[in-house]
Amino acid sequence: MAQTDTREPGLHTVTVTVNGKRETREVEPRQLLVYFLREQLALTGTHVGCDTSQCGACTVLVDGVAVKSCTILAVQASGADIKTIEGYAEPNGKLHPIQQAFWEEHGLQCGFCTPGMVIAIDQLLRDNPSPSEWEVRRGIDGNLCRCTGYQNIVKAALSAGKKLSGEEPFEKPEAEPVAAAAH
Amino acid sequence: MFPAKFEYKAAGSLQEAIGLLEDPEAKVIAGGHSLLPLMKLRLAQPSLLVDISRIPDLDYIRVQNGHIAIGALATYRDIQFSKDVQRSAGVLSEAAHEVGDPQVRARGTLAGALAHADPAGDMPAVVMALCGSVIAEGPSGERTIDLDEFFVDMLTTALQEREIIREVRLNAVPAGSGAAYQKFDQPASHYALTGVCAVVKLGSGNALESVRLGVTGVGPKAYRPTAIEQALTGKTADEESVKAAVQGVVDGIDVLGDIHASPEYRGHLARVLTRRAVLQAAERARG
Repeated sequence: MAQTDTREPGLHTVTVTVNGKRETREVEPRQLLVYFLREQLALTGTHVGCDTSQCGACTVLVDGVAVKSCTILAVQASGADIKTIEGYAEPNGKLHPIQQAFWEEHGLQCGFCTPGMVIAIDQLLRDNPSPSEWEVRRGIDGNLCRCTGYQNIVKAALSAGKKLSGEEPFEKPEAEPVAAAAH
Repeated sequence: MFPAKFEYKAAGSLQEAIGLLEDPEAKVIAGGHSLLPLMKLRLAQPSLLVDISRIPDLDYIRVQNGHIAIGALATYRDIQFSKDVQRSAGVLSEAAHEVGDPQVRARGTLAGALAHADPAGDMPAVVMALCGSVIAEGPSGERTIDLDEFFVDMLTTALQEREIIREVRLNAVPAGSGAAYQKFDQPASHYALTGVCAVVKLGSGNALESVRLGVTGVGPKAYRPTAIEQALTGKTADEESVKAAVQGVVDGIDVLGDIHASPEYRGHLARVLTRRAVLQAAERARG
């Protein structure tokens, strides 16, 4: 008996490399990349915030460039090399320098925007390895945070730039304990 | 949010794409940053998307013989970081840096923005001030459309059915001239409430020898206020003379009003930003 093609009409085969792993799935043309990553590949670190290409929570790298995955069709990404937040820390759990900087500088509160922020800052620091504070603020223009007021995210980005350039060590040295005031 | 259902075909060449556009409900997609948001809101429901983003060799930026040729697939990011653009028409690189945000700029294309013709887009003002043309391909071959004739109305261009922009060709800013883009943006979207681009050539004694202007965000389409260009010609490039000459910059325009800005406010912004753009361009022309 001939094998039945169970593929629905109109489906397209999408093959992508995500965090170094090759994945192939069948998608409807209207499937957006962010839902492809979250629902078909179960990579839920990429978040859906506004779903209108404003908030940046869905930011991923496509062929090395930060983009908003809510505004890209999965079929358009076929063949691409994609990196999501799951691809940043090392397999042994050691954080990426940008993640380490977020940890040290308290660059997050609820954490919802963090994956997109980390990836936007990765792009920023590759474009401009030692940005000014103003350049950091412009560089995260496409990412919204409702908790932090951005101050500590900016500090984290500046610190991450120094970690990546080797100007500062990967781990911030422990602060000296404040000596008790003598009375 | 999901777009309504559609068929998808990736074209291997512009000719193939033009063939696929035989379906009157079909739409062209490249970066998709104007079209996909409309589709998610179901304001656009094409039956077929013809993807031109995989067509090879269409993302070029070439500078030759005093003009810049920008292929259909060149993104804002490409334009922003292009050393050739920075050297030959720095204002275009600067204005590309003003569009949306970094992630949007990595996908959106100049050709797509012009074809979309958003009345608050930055690029229409800049390309009109630089002057040049759009090279479109259609079923009966290639056609060159002067940028002065390209924008017809809100979201409407001179492109005919099944025509696709292959290239945008702009004049470089020559030595002795200067250019500047001044914008007051809507802070959430970064669309221009009003934006004005000026390209200025200085003559002797700080006189404006020629002026070209492009205005966006004010009316239903970007425009060149040619009467103001003429009024500025021969004037001294100082605050007072320029201010006096630009007062009529929105005369005859159906000025838009919305929750972000009234028509009066947009008119005010246009006068202020035209003055600033002309003076900054003159400053740069002095070198």
